[in-house]
Amino acid sequence: MDLKNVASLTFFLPEIILSVTILLLIVLDLIAQNKRSLPLVAMVGCAATLLATFDLYSAAPGWLFHRMIVLDNFSLFFKVFTMVATILCIWMALGSNEIKLVHQGEFYALLLTCALGMFFMASSSNLLMAYLSLELVSLMSYVLTGFLPHNRRSSEAALKYLIYGGVASGTMIYGMSWVFGMTGSLDYAAIQTALGETGYSPAAMFIAFVFIMAGFGYKIVFVPFHMWSPDVYQGAPTPFTAFLSVASNAAGMAIMIRFFFPGVSRMLPGGDWAILSGVEWPHVLLLLSMITMTVGNLCALNQRNVKRMLAYSGIAHAGYMMMGLAILTNEGLAAVLFYIVVYLIMNVGAFLVVGMIANVTGDEDIENYRGLAWRGAVVPAVCLAVFLFSLTGLPPFAGFIGKFFLFSAVIKQGGAFAVLAIVAALNSVVSLYYYAKIVKTMFLDSPNPEDKMISVALNDFTLLIPLTVLTLIFGVYFGPLAQYTSLSLAFFVK
Amino acid sequence: MENVLTYMTFIPLAGAVIILALPNNAKLIRWFSAGVTVPPLLMAIWLFSNFDRSTAKFQFVEDYHWIPAYNISYIMGVDGLSISMVLLTALLSFICIFASFGIEKAVKGYFALFLMLDAGMMGVFCALDFFLFYVFWEVMLLPMYFLIGIWGGPRREYAAIKFFLYTLFGSVLMLLAILALYFTVEPHTFDMRILMAQAGNYSTAVLPMWPFNLWGWGFQHVIWMALFIGFAIKIPAFPFHTWLPDAHVEAPTAISVILAGVLLKMGTYGILRVNFPMLPVATADLAFWFLGALGAWNIIYGALCAMAQKDLKKLVAYSSVSHMGYVMLGMASFTTQGINGAVLQMFNHGTITGMLFLLVGVVYDRAHHREIEGFGGMAAIMPVFTGITALAFFASMGLPGLSGFISEILVLLGVWQKYPVLAILGASGVVLTAGYLLWTIQRVYLGPPNEKYLTMADINGREIFTLVPLGVIVILVGIYPQVVLDLLRVSLDQLNQIVIPHLHS
Repeated sequence: MDLKNVASLTFFLPEIILSVTILLLIVLDLIAQNKRSLPLVAMVGCAATLLATFDLYSAAPGWLFHRMIVLDNFSLFFKVFTMVATILCIWMALGSNEIKLVHQGEFYALLLTCALGMFFMASSSNLLMAYLSLELVSLMSYVLTGFLPHNRRSSEAALKYLIYGGVASGTMIYGMSWVFGMTGSLDYAAIQTALGETGYSPAAMFIAFVFIMAGFGYKIVFVPFHMWSPDVYQGAPTPFTAFLSVASNAAGMAIMIRFFFPGVSRMLPGGDWAILSGVEWPHVLLLLSMITMTVGNLCALNQRNVKRMLAYSGIAHAGYMMMGLAILTNEGLAAVLFYIVVYLIMNVGAFLVVGMIANVTGDEDIENYRGLAWRGAVVPAVCLAVFLFSLTGLPPFAGFIGKFFLFSAVIKQGGAFAVLAIVAALNSVVSLYYYAKIVKTMFLDSPNPEDKMISVALNDFTLLIPLTVLTLIFGVYFGPLAQYTSLSLAFFVK
Repeated sequence: MENVLTYMTFIPLAGAVIILALPNNAKLIRWFSAGVTVPPLLMAIWLFSNFDRSTAKFQFVEDYHWIPAYNISYIMGVDGLSISMVLLTALLSFICIFASFGIEKAVKGYFALFLMLDAGMMGVFCALDFFLFYVFWEVMLLPMYFLIGIWGGPRREYAAIKFFLYTLFGSVLMLLAILALYFTVEPHTFDMRILMAQAGNYSTAVLPMWPFNLWGWGFQHVIWMALFIGFAIKIPAFPFHTWLPDAHVEAPTAISVILAGVLLKMGTYGILRVNFPMLPVATADLAFWFLGALGAWNIIYGALCAMAQKDLKKLVAYSSVSHMGYVMLGMASFTTQGINGAVLQMFNHGTITGMLFLLVGVVYDRAHHREIEGFGGMAAIMPVFTGITALAFFASMGLPGLSGFISEILVLLGVWQKYPVLAILGASGVVLTAGYLLWTIQRVYLGPPNEKYLTMADINGREIFTLVPLGVIVILVGIYPQVVLDLLRVSLDQLNQIVIPHLHS
């Protein structure tokens, strides 16, 4: 179906609810004396959005607003994902001392606007829409990164983020203009048709694609567009760092998959994808994937700040995920979606514990984790160990299954792709070293006499325990989740 | 007794979870853990008496769907190869709980992790689904890391992470190999029985693009090598052995016993379970160099290293490297005697080295050091202890009448038929072994008593209790090896028959 503006509104309900919630938050922030209700309003709005999104699974897929955005299982998957990440972030923010100090209403309003932008990123089927949604997310991210007042690191991070973001999106829109110039259209479906009919210059198209990849790559955080990430992760308030690390990465993946797969490639009956002949963008991705994971892991080895270490680990994980794109199969894409979900669980879990510790000790220096398990925080320490080993990719944790699907998709392609798989496998060995370094500090080192006891509030466990349990459950029983992610690989093309 | 293997694997795991909920009472936790290891031990005895020794088929098989979409199943079963290891695991787990009664630091965590380790080990030997096998294989690493890292000696952190990194390096290569095999069979499956049955389908055609094509390697050889590295690190075969002395020296006594008694066996078990039946052509091509020659080198190198050690525990650790060499050597001969000797050696090494580490632990608990030169005349001070030590040392040396002799002689007999040179090298290892062990006995137990230790108490009841079952087995198998060999023979003969047709000359 191809709907006009008014008819589209029925299928636009999640975004409408989200927008209303944002406006409500801004107004409430002005009039309400007690700010404690604000997170609750945000949470309820998100829950309603989530429900409305689920409701759309029964609707027929199609274009909305004159082919500006598209409704299909793929976009719904990322909308659900974004909402879950947002709810988790709000939940984390409730217990965080950092957020209590700042203007709460604005924090939640900006966060939800960021999520709204991600909704559009997941569903845009028009280059203009893709650019606008990406910019919306970026602008909100800059503001939220610099959200801690009187914190030099936070402001510095925001500025760095802004500059890198500006360059990357400038490059991207330049690439988009090339595509527009060659095909005469901004609409993915029309671009696809134009490429088939009139032909194109492979070299020019290749350059355009690489430019576009720069914009997407900056969101997914791959090398060489990764420099902002450690500073931003370290400087931003921890709940937002957690949100950024998973949701921003996922939205980047969504927009990238949407453009490069249903946008400019064709699906073959067997589940493989045929790219434009002569435009070998997967080679670039293949190379970048290997470089990204290696650089991420090697840089993480010597970090002293846990948030910074997790930033580099995030870069490495982006590298693993890119393998799934580079091999041009549906299995690869399904593995990426699966990985994104387990990455959400384990990474948010890890940041949750980091935030809990930082609430007591004031910063995220690894020294503060010395003998954590013997300082009254044995449960958070065990949970963090579970998340870190899951990030390493050890069974019986969910991270192993994520890696397992990615590796199996790569190995299935065989041939030279085996090299990619070996590089990735060796990278996970390297990553063990720095993840285990945190575990070592928590369990193997004895605390110094001057180290504070860590007391953990009971409500911190309300999120921590479920995430840990999920990490374990998806490690041994992942069938339903794998099924959901492969069903989410349904694109509406025409 | 349906699902007996599942019970053996998951009772310890359930016990570990229950321990976490128990009150923080060290005595209660110790005895509860001991109780948890009893049912698996009883089941192991039941398995031993009910095992059909006349067939090479898998027995006590359990086959359930796990993730049907990817053909991942939960398959457990034992044959002659694995049952000996299952028995060994059940026995050593039981004994090591008692050997751990001296642990004072974070008792709850120790025993919970120990039981998790127990579950992982048992699972590795029972799993017949490759995915399940891999999960158990890796699950063991985590408790091991913490057990060495928290309860170990002064350099425990270094030893723990070294062990972890080495093993993970091997196992990621193994994972890739497993996936490659998975995609080669149609329909894709992780069922080891099907993967073995389809062994003929794995291409041996020379890979054109592969840098090793000079050697005539094909897909099968590459997969063999990836799996072999994973297993060789566990054995540990030279040059992947360097984690072992560190891990052994730093680990607490009971964990050293488990490490030497069970974990090392997983390497050779994996080669026999996976490489032999699934990749017979590559096995036939590569066995001489990577199992035979490397095994002989392991024997001599390990023995020479052991001779140079000043630390008693490090000496035992290097003797493990040396003794595991016999296993590799025996496997490479593809003769009935050789392969039976190899698996019997796996079993015997588990019991003998278990005893040795327990004995070293006894000394260390009293003297708080392990310097060989720091003792002297212990025979006069601790006569009972010295007697048991002599038994273990002589068994390790391969004295006739004790179990070590049977397995080593079988290995050498088997190898002599194929590669006399390797047999000579292996036999010279026996001399070296006698050399370092006798020299150690002389330095530690004989001579004038060391004045510092005149008042040292002899071995106590609990320690004797941990040593006696192993000692009995050492003597029993030495006199009547059929007890174990009966279990193995049929399965191992079949294994040989798979590979022998592909051997050259």
